[in-house]
Amino acid sequence: MIEYILGHINYWFIIAVMMVGLYTLISRTNLIKKLAGLAIFQTAVILFYVSLGKVTGGTVPIVDEAYTLYSNPLPQVLMLTAIVVGVATTALGFALVIRIKEAYNTIEEDAIFTLDQKDHE
Amino acid sequence: MNEQLTILLVVVPLMIAPITALFKSHTISWILTAIVSLTSLILSFIILFDVIDGSHVIYELGGWRPPWGIEYKIDSLNAFIALIVSAIACLSTIFAWQSVPKEINENNYGLFYAALQLCLLGLLGIALTGDIFNLFVFLEISSLSSYALISMGRSRKALTAAFSYLILGTIGATFFLIGVGFLYAASGSLNIADIATRFSTFADMQLVMTGFIFILLGLGLKAAIFPMHSWLPNAYGHAPSVVSIFLSATATKVSIYVLIRVLFDLYPVAYWQALLLPQILLVLGCVGVIYGSFRAWQQVELKRLLAFSSVAQIGYIIIGISLLNNDGITASVMHLFNHALIKATLFMGAGIILYRTNTTKLSELRGFGGSMPWTFAAIVLAGLSLIGVPGTVGFVTKWYLLSGAIAQGKWIVVVAILAGSVLAIAYVWKIVEAMYFNSKRKMVIQNVKIGDINLAKAPFSLSLALWIGAAGCLYFGLYTELPYQSAQSIATALLSSEVAP
Amino acid sequence: MINDLILRVVTKWLSPIIILFALYVQFHGDYSPGGGFQAGVIFSTAILLYALTYGLDAALKVIPETALRVAASFGVLLYGGVGVVSMLLGGNFLNYSVLADTPLAGQHIGIIVIELGVGITVAAVMILLFFTFSRRVDPE
Repeated sequence: MIEYILGHINYWFIIAVMMVGLYTLISRTNLIKKLAGLAIFQTAVILFYVSLGKVTGGTVPIVDEAYTLYSNPLPQVLMLTAIVVGVATTALGFALVIRIKEAYNTIEEDAIFTLDQKDHE
Repeated sequence: MNEQLTILLVVVPLMIAPITALFKSHTISWILTAIVSLTSLILSFIILFDVIDGSHVIYELGGWRPPWGIEYKIDSLNAFIALIVSAIACLSTIFAWQSVPKEINENNYGLFYAALQLCLLGLLGIALTGDIFNLFVFLEISSLSSYALISMGRSRKALTAAFSYLILGTIGATFFLIGVGFLYAASGSLNIADIATRFSTFADMQLVMTGFIFILLGLGLKAAIFPMHSWLPNAYGHAPSVVSIFLSATATKVSIYVLIRVLFDLYPVAYWQALLLPQILLVLGCVGVIYGSFRAWQQVELKRLLAFSSVAQIGYIIIGISLLNNDGITASVMHLFNHALIKATLFMGAGIILYRTNTTKLSELRGFGGSMPWTFAAIVLAGLSLIGVPGTVGFVTKWYLLSGAIAQGKWIVVVAILAGSVLAIAYVWKIVEAMYFNSKRKMVIQNVKIGDINLAKAPFSLSLALWIGAAGCLYFGLYTELPYQSAQSIATALLSSEVAP
Repeated sequence: MINDLILRVVTKWLSPIIILFALYVQFHGDYSPGGGFQAGVIFSTAILLYALTYGLDAALKVIPETALRVAASFGVLLYGGVGVVSMLLGGNFLNYSVLADTPLAGQHIGIIVIELGVGITVAAVMILLFFTFSRRVDPE
């Protein structure tokens, strides 16, 4: 059991980070904090991929005659794209929050909801 | 045939979108967008006729051999989806000519059209690629541009709608990414065809099933399958007209296409049959049909009504997939096309109403049908298709869906489809009643000066797009050959790759 | 912050070094770790640092916004352009091998131009993001 836990130690950390992100995302009403939660959630996935590519004893994947065992570079390359996507998402989210702040004068979700209800009536 | 044409479908918007973003003039941006969507339409037609007989076009990106390089593998399903997307893009572009100057801030014309082209690029890319990570990237390109597009709506509610879509869409895409990661850990490959051929060697691993569930949840969110549809009504209800038309007709359809790919090509059918997934999808589809139709009936605002009806229509497509027989899949694939056509037409109708009266609240449209008879005639025609009246496109799909369900003895489906149709009559009637039968109250229309030219004259490009859509609803209801042939060939291809249940 | 002497001096000395390092990461990217994404972000930090210490207006004098917009689009076009050129030369989209006489030389040229396009776009977009955001907020 202990061996199982220690052997998958990276996964436990990743799950913890992921849950922190999801919990922040769901429990906070402040839109900026929600975006922070989203970013943490995405970071967990990036960590997950990078730890997938690690080969025990493998070095940095740069060809050199002294080494024969390399870590898998593909997950890292994929995550480069995912990081860019994450940056774009966060930037777009912040832009939306700024415009929401200008339109509603608040970034608290429940306050926005009340304002919308008032509009409806 | 020259297979270089397939990549042009992605390259043309990729090259023209950044140029469009630099212009501020509406005319230039519109012409560039028109060029992009028209080229895509022509190219998709050429490709579809090339592969409709069941052959493949294979394109190795950068000359790298699959499974190492990214491979575009076009069969009739890919080409069919690409055709739907680019045809709707053409319709939306025609519609945009007069609707965008009215709805979008004049400083943002170039950026708006660039985002529209990027969204088209993303959706076409999803439809073409055979690499599952590449698919994720295209999914995010289309999603990011659609968040931006939705936020350009006129009311401030568009901002909150776009924000909640951004949160949910990103969660969906991230779940998909986690699923792909698990699958990659098990298989060591990202090429869909490669994973599928070697599937039996790692089918027993726990990773594969975990990945499967993550992928399903992510795609379910993106495709707005009941009960994961909560972002859809607000997003489509508050977006600018052109964006509502384009996204309602294509974005969820493309996600469902990915779902079909995952279920039939990536994972063997027997694998998820053992997980009772067909039964789960069947129940979700039936509940989605009834719930969506019921909520649509409750709405008092035209665009939200149409958005909820989309939830119901997605339910029909899911039912068709879960039936797992030829008629069911044919109905699903055809409904991808038919529903895109119907919903685009209806949203174009709503867009024209919005253009001329500045409102889409049903209570404020009372008796307005007499003032613009042609627009409303087209809306009614599309509404009849939504119900499934014989002679319209909606009937064709429901017919195949019913025959597929009866062949399997799934009577619950028959009940759900009939109930959904009755509710569809109710909510379409609600529109008709508001437009034709209520007493005309002269001064209810706000923000429009009496004698305003907007009220008197239907803008030409808007009517043209609307009537192309409405004529399509009728034409493809009477002459079903093109969609039926493609759908039939797709269904055979999807089912033949597996041992039939 | 604008009157802080230490920051002003350090920024003046540090900015060129950061830009130089960005260029190194950019152009040595095909032999060692690096490439367009990283170089673009590093390059943008130099401008961001300058804008933070000397103010937004000073930074806009260094790089006007129109230039950034053009650069962002140009980077994408450069990327796509390489793909189109390789198509015109008879290869598949983004097949660099056909760009020169030997495939190896072609791959070198291709990846350098591609990464240059990526670097330009990333740098321009990051700086643009910073400028647009910081202009929206009142400088209290």
